[in-house]
Amino acid sequence: MTQWKPICRVDDIPVLGARRVARAQGADVAVFRTAQDKVFALLDRCPHKGGPLSQGLVFGEHVACPLHNWAIGLHDGCAQAPDHGCTPRFSVRVEGGEVYLDAEELQTIAVDDSELQAQALLRRVAA
Amino acid sequence: MRKMKLVMIGNGMAGVRTVEELLKLAPDLYDITIFGAEPHPNYNRILLSPVLAGEQRLDEIILNPLEWYRENGISLHLGKKVVDVDRRRRIVTAEDGTTAAYDRLLIATGSTPFIPPVPGKDLEGVVAYRDIADTNTMIEAAQRYKHAVVVGGGLLGLEAANGLMRRGMQVTVVHIAPWLMERQLDEVAGKMLQKSLEDRGLRFLIGAHTTALIGDRDGGRSGRVMAVQVKDGREVPADLVVMAAGIRPNTELAEKIGLHCHRGIVVTDTMQTITDPRIYAVGECASHRGVAYGLVAPLFEQGKVCATHLAELGIGRYTGSQVSTKLKVTGIDLFSAGDFMGGEGTEEIVLSDPYAGVYKKLVLKDDRLVGACLYGDTVDGSWYFKLLREGRSVAQLRDRLMFGESNIGDTGHQGHSKAAEMADTDEVCGCNGVTKAAICRAIKDKGLFTLDEVRKHTKASASCGSCTGLVEQILMATAGGDYSAAPKKRAMCGCTDHSHDEVRHAIRQHKLLSIEQTFRFLEWRTPSGCTTCRPAVNYYLLATWPKEATDDPQSRFINERSHANIQRDGTYSVVPRMWGGETTAAELRRIADVVDKYKIPTVKVTGGQRIDLLGVKKEDLPQVWRDLGMPCGHAYAKALRTVKTCVGSEWCRFGTQDSTRMGKELERALWRMYAPHKVKLAVSGCPRNCAESGIKDVGIIGVDSGWEIYVGGNGGIKTEVAHFFCKVKTHEEVLEYAGAFLQLYREEGWYLERTCHYISRVGLDHVKKKVLDDADHRRALWARLRFSLEGEPDPWVEFDKARVDLRQFEALSA
Repeated sequence: MTQWKPICRVDDIPVLGARRVARAQGADVAVFRTAQDKVFALLDRCPHKGGPLSQGLVFGEHVACPLHNWAIGLHDGCAQAPDHGCTPRFSVRVEGGEVYLDAEELQTIAVDDSELQAQALLRRVAA
Repeated sequence: MRKMKLVMIGNGMAGVRTVEELLKLAPDLYDITIFGAEPHPNYNRILLSPVLAGEQRLDEIILNPLEWYRENGISLHLGKKVVDVDRRRRIVTAEDGTTAAYDRLLIATGSTPFIPPVPGKDLEGVVAYRDIADTNTMIEAAQRYKHAVVVGGGLLGLEAANGLMRRGMQVTVVHIAPWLMERQLDEVAGKMLQKSLEDRGLRFLIGAHTTALIGDRDGGRSGRVMAVQVKDGREVPADLVVMAAGIRPNTELAEKIGLHCHRGIVVTDTMQTITDPRIYAVGECASHRGVAYGLVAPLFEQGKVCATHLAELGIGRYTGSQVSTKLKVTGIDLFSAGDFMGGEGTEEIVLSDPYAGVYKKLVLKDDRLVGACLYGDTVDGSWYFKLLREGRSVAQLRDRLMFGESNIGDTGHQGHSKAAEMADTDEVCGCNGVTKAAICRAIKDKGLFTLDEVRKHTKASASCGSCTGLVEQILMATAGGDYSAAPKKRAMCGCTDHSHDEVRHAIRQHKLLSIEQTFRFLEWRTPSGCTTCRPAVNYYLLATWPKEATDDPQSRFINERSHANIQRDGTYSVVPRMWGGETTAAELRRIADVVDKYKIPTVKVTGGQRIDLLGVKKEDLPQVWRDLGMPCGHAYAKALRTVKTCVGSEWCRFGTQDSTRMGKELERALWRMYAPHKVKLAVSGCPRNCAESGIKDVGIIGVDSGWEIYVGGNGGIKTEVAHFFCKVKTHEEVLEYAGAFLQLYREEGWYLERTCHYISRVGLDHVKKKVLDDADHRRALWARLRFSLEGEPDPWVEFDKARVDLRQFEALSA
């Protein structure tokens, strides 16, 4: 059973913007809101040089990393070609204007900040 | 849902590229069927010359192998020539009876060689030079026979002649015009080319009209060609005759089915035929605004536009291309573009050194470059072509124009270093660490033809753009030599076909006040734009309609959204404003207290004489601002940064003017000024110029009798010394002139264009005309700038008014 943890209201995230979610352990999680009010969540680290994606510019269903302008897909956390690399993504549920993240994922995905760990987990998430 | 049916007639470069673009935009919209008359998958026709010359193999020039068609679910009919189209029932029929129904039809039948109607043209051993079959025939003939004649001394003919010669034949070129390649070269260059080809062993009959091809008369009636006869009666022995007298758009089928043709199938800007909007035509068979193109880059542009229309996005417009030419004969450097012949109303700059084999002609009209013809040294070809396409004034460069880009004070970035001489491991793009080898590999492996494609696949020249010229040169040298450039105007980004100027114009003309309105009005292709267009449009709105347009913080880069500079580790730096670089003990104490309180790791003095606090955590930013109690330094923004000063006459024993006071006045008048890019000023009290005013966007130098104003300097990527602008007497005049210049830049500059690039685009004369010659205009500009800045909030003090979203500084918790 998935334990959904309430994070904020959709309206707490700016349209075409993001909020940063601090966790007890591990790097922050970024929650994004698109122009169509879809909400996505990724680890707040660009797969390139670890830039905080929550600070990037959101367009379509992508976010541009604020450091070197890599475009990262919000739905899969992967860089747009020709760049490559992915950052872990988190399950999101929106209900009644409230945004929820999966409690288990928050406790397990990329809690150890090392890149290796993040990638191993990413593979697990993808599988 | 039933998929629509797209049928394409022709399996060549332009057509298949159109399908590729379509699959990118709308992969599931159509069931696609392709008919190709040749038995091969799509190949790179441009590279037939190197194949003929034995430099490449046939299998190396395949662009889309059969798997590609399979993977994309395309029904491919090879070796089937389409002979009829029933436009009423919408059915295509091939020679062998194969039929296919369509909802949309794309004709890409290319061109056919023009065979002059001379007696003997049907003899065995007479070939055109168009496809793989022709190339194979020529290669085989070269193994068995000795003498070849090429009829036609144009681009294609010379490439054929060179290839046959490389394969061991004795080749004579019969050319009707007074010199070779008369469509691309002037007489001098044409004759130099002839000389150099003669030195390699080719023979020429120039100004010679072919009257007949003579068959095997006395030997065994094989019906094979034996000689070529020209008008004066001379005969040249020939076992192989290559007809390369030009190409004609292949409109046979189009005419048969009733499509209007006039030097090609006549199409609109959306590449639809004017007769039947369900039918499109692209490539060499199409006639757009009276022009049928024969070079690959314009054809790909057409393909792109056609694809957007087929994908039902329907907003792309093809508006024509300018083209340039290069000859693909190894070791011969030749480049021409535009109106290289000159004539009435034009001026020519010519450099001719026959001994060294170098000839260059530049044709100018009204201070603009309109044509170039280069022989022997084509290193600057892409630079000239760029100038030509941009149509900007070259009055400033005129005396150095001929000597190329390397001689205009560039320090090695805009591509003057000769791409050909670079080692494979040399870095071309310093921003993204891309080597020459990586670029060449991408061009070859991925079949890239345009600068945009190279940018997308390698990132070379995709950041600061200063290596663009160099990348273009590599592209020209690698992409089969037929690289020719892009559309006449440059679209702002992939989200639109409109240029920066067109977007600015629409915003002004139709009083567009928000990004949403602008996107809707100009039919943007993407709902929320991208990182290129959104910040640009946001700036244009604010600069055009101050106090009326809606600012969109989400369309600003993070620095402007959080009013601090993001650093590599995700922390921020804060630079408080110190007017003219002056500070006080109280300010320094406050800064020191903030450093202690927020444990700021680094304190540094910047290049612009301000104090930089580095390593501030984002959540601390609002408190840091509050505790500093100093105005915002805008050190992060596309806006006025600093006014650097020397100590001036107040303290300096040499100072002639009070530069610090002047600097403070300028900074107080101009701060909070957003601009297309960052703006830096400096004021020096005397010509010793301790504030380095010569490399600033606006530099002021005090002299005994007043102030000299310099504009367009740049200490950045490409060091640029500022132009002397004018000399004025009073402080008020300095403000008015400098302010008016900056307002003109704000109103006309493209987003992310520094003043030096703006000036080089519009010309210093234009700027002088608007600011110096016309006092009313100058005062109006200055008034508009003051109006824009009046009441503009300090984001560190008036959060609300500056629309700072304070939520961004707090983390949510999980």
